[in-house]
Amino acid sequence: MGGSASQLPKEQLAEYQELTFLSKQEILLAHKRFNELTKDERNPPTRVPMDKILALPELKSNPFRKRICHVFSTSEVKDGSLTFEDFLDLLSAFSDSATLEIKSHYAFRIFDFDDDGTLDGGDLEKLVNCLTGDTDDTRLTQEEMRQLITNILEESDIDKDGTVNLSEFQHVISRSPDFVSSFKIVL
Amino acid sequence: MVVGVLTPEELEKLKEAVDERKKLITTLRGKPWPMMKKLQTLKESQEFVEKYEGALGRGRGRKLYAYKVMMQKKWMKFLRDFENFKTACIPWEMKIKDIESHFGSSVASYFIFLRWMYGINMILFGLTFGLVMVPEALMGRPYGSIPRKTVPRADETSAMDFAILWDFGGFAKYSVLFYGYYNNQRTVGWLKFRMPLSYFLIGVGTVAYSYMVVIRKMARNANEQGGGDDTSFNFSWKMFTSWDYLIGNPETADNKFASITTSFKEAIVEEQENRKDDNIHLTRFLRVLANFLVLCCLAGSGYLIFFVVRRSQKFALAGLENYGWWERNEVNMVMSLLGMFCPMLFDVISSLENYHPRIALQWQLGRIFALFLGNLYTFIIALMDEINLKRKEEEVIIANMTLWQASLYNGTLGENNTTPVITVDPADVPRGPCWETMVGQEFVRLIISDTMTTYVTLLIGDFLRAFIVRFLNYCWCWDLEYGFPSYSEFDVSGNVLGLIFNQGMICDERAAPARLHVPAVLGSHVLQRPPGAVFKASGSNNFYMAMLLVILFLSTLPAIYTIVSIPPSFDCGPFSGKSRMFDVIQETLENDFPAWFGMVFSYVSNPGLVLPFLLLMILAIYYLHSISKTYKQSNLDLKKKLQTQNEENKKKNKRAALKAATELEEARNTLQEQQSQSNNNASNRGDRRLNDSNGTTNQIENGHTAKNHCRPPYPHRCMDRPSVPRGPGMPGYLPGLPHRPAP
Repeated sequence: MGGSASQLPKEQLAEYQELTFLSKQEILLAHKRFNELTKDERNPPTRVPMDKILALPELKSNPFRKRICHVFSTSEVKDGSLTFEDFLDLLSAFSDSATLEIKSHYAFRIFDFDDDGTLDGGDLEKLVNCLTGDTDDTRLTQEEMRQLITNILEESDIDKDGTVNLSEFQHVISRSPDFVSSFKIVL
Repeated sequence: MVVGVLTPEELEKLKEAVDERKKLITTLRGKPWPMMKKLQTLKESQEFVEKYEGALGRGRGRKLYAYKVMMQKKWMKFLRDFENFKTACIPWEMKIKDIESHFGSSVASYFIFLRWMYGINMILFGLTFGLVMVPEALMGRPYGSIPRKTVPRADETSAMDFAILWDFGGFAKYSVLFYGYYNNQRTVGWLKFRMPLSYFLIGVGTVAYSYMVVIRKMARNANEQGGGDDTSFNFSWKMFTSWDYLIGNPETADNKFASITTSFKEAIVEEQENRKDDNIHLTRFLRVLANFLVLCCLAGSGYLIFFVVRRSQKFALAGLENYGWWERNEVNMVMSLLGMFCPMLFDVISSLENYHPRIALQWQLGRIFALFLGNLYTFIIALMDEINLKRKEEEVIIANMTLWQASLYNGTLGENNTTPVITVDPADVPRGPCWETMVGQEFVRLIISDTMTTYVTLLIGDFLRAFIVRFLNYCWCWDLEYGFPSYSEFDVSGNVLGLIFNQGMICDERAAPARLHVPAVLGSHVLQRPPGAVFKASGSNNFYMAMLLVILFLSTLPAIYTIVSIPPSFDCGPFSGKSRMFDVIQETLENDFPAWFGMVFSYVSNPGLVLPFLLLMILAIYYLHSISKTYKQSNLDLKKKLQTQNEENKKKNKRAALKAATELEEARNTLQEQQSQSNNNASNRGDRRLNDSNGTTNQIENGHTAKNHCRPPYPHRCMDRPSVPRGPGMPGYLPGLPHRPAP
């Protein structure tokens, strides 16, 4: 199942090909990179801790890296650690051939900082802060933040309940020409 | 489990269940489940399918069924392998991914566009090369056998000079590259290859193929986009889609953060400014002034080109040897320089106008477009003049030919009918001016000089600039990297425009009779910053596709005009001797097709049939346009309806909640009263009262619970509407309500 064996058995490879949007080469590359994360340990665990995943160059500069790990992690303690299969799920959702539905579904979950199933004002505020960087001169003022969130809710909240839910989010995203090409991570 | 004989209905049901499972397996990868769950479902479904597929196949045609299933599996495997192979074969995929991670996806989109155009050009080149150049080179008459294929005696000594070859004269002119070389024999070689027909059809075919490819891409993009209004989600898109997940470089990430912040701030400010507009008159005046200046620029550049082309004609008449390099290449250099400086001028002028950046960009692109078209058309008109000149020359030469031929037979005039054929070396035959080759040469020169100018400006403008900035920065007073002049930004839109114009010129040159394909310009973008504003140039943006289409159309217009109205030269090219180039079609129809075909064709091309057809198409377009308008309108109506319904629901729920709260209050009050009463008369009334009050309290409680049922955590309306099945996504279930995610 990833960790200790350095080779993926063939049936498993075929199954992964069936269940993800990745090609054979991509799965093998993912396997190699995943093993490299724990190559220094004598008994590499099946579940890699979050800080090692965050050190990957593809994720290092991403402001949403912690959320991505939390969303794709299947650990019971919710610590953001990933198994190889979680890693494959991640790469599949972010791959080139993934469908719009699956990308928008995971994007919604990533942006939902408090995991309550909707994007409310608090989620949107955290989202904006992630996007504008950490330094003081790039942050938005309170006034601007309020104005921004009002505008966004005005645009996307169709039923005016003060939150953006999954179907509203998908409606907005499906009209965007940039989403599919920018929501991509490739090893 | 052994399945006995099944009735046909059960068989049907089983088959349906198996098919459903198979469909589930294929759609598993699109489900947002964790891998464990997907694996489990996969295993279960596969077991189910395997178990019952055997049962299905029992009885009639079991072997056939099993065979079919096996073939299907093999086919899926083959498809999957083929997909893997195809992705491995895409050229430059790794490099583009590299660029994506360093510079973001908008820069990479330019290169993807470039790659797409390169692919198209390669296909067109392959067609031309394989079906026009190769047959003539292999099966046509060799070099030197007939006059049109030989360098004239007068030019022989200079035919190999590099300067002449660079100018596409000399041996380059008399080769398969140019129109003039081709012989007008109807068929060549043992294959009976119809050369002139092939030339004509390939010319038309390449243009048609270009159109088809562009339109198909546009249609595909329009489908993907959903075709809705694209500015209504401005802020949401900035929020949800502006981060580029491919960025792996911390420097790029910082740039991206800065640009996202600026775009947020700008959008907020602009939104506020839109609410107030002051001094509209000054703005309007400035805009009119700017447009006037731009018109002057365009007119000026058009006149300059015209003047320069006239001058080059004079030089040509006086003999090119007397003039230096500048005079010989004046036209091309002027056009390229104009193309370089005018856009900068437009940029400066547009600062007067004070538009929103996206609108300003569209104006800028529109103006550059107009500049390019103006230049191209002035150039073509000047060329037309030259063509007319050459045709007059041709008439003179035809007259001279008869005199020259007579002079050959000087000594043998005494013979009667059977004059012996005097062999003349092809190099000595007087040559007509081949205007088609001349046009081809002009375009080729133009494209090459344009390419050279682009390279030179890239070198000087960007490379040298970056060089200076990087090294002088150490010893300069102000920070060169942040202030002026800094590194140049990768101007995606400008570069894409350049690409499109190049393609337009190539198209023109292809439709005109030269046969050279110059691949698109690949500049070196090493030392350029990635752009701040997100500007997608990839095929997903229909704006660039539309421009490409318009340029193709406008470039082919002059070519079509020449084909239809000007007679070809009398002694060069595959159409020599005919009165119009498209006569070759007529000839082919008469000679190679059965008689009835020609009749049918003449009926179909009757204007009486073509005009109603055109009318029908126009009506269809109008109908589709009005349908799309009604769809948009009904969309808006539905949205409004959804909103009002939700508001109504909220109000009703509030009212219901209030009503229930007041009733609860009343019930509590009555209960308290009754309790106090019963306490007072406890001894007298005893259990009966207690029972009563219990009964009433029970009643009240039941009433409460009944009312509570009407007030579930979700603000549904009940008791007023007939019960409708409720579930997520079904009608009647309001969106925006928290519900448990589907299992």
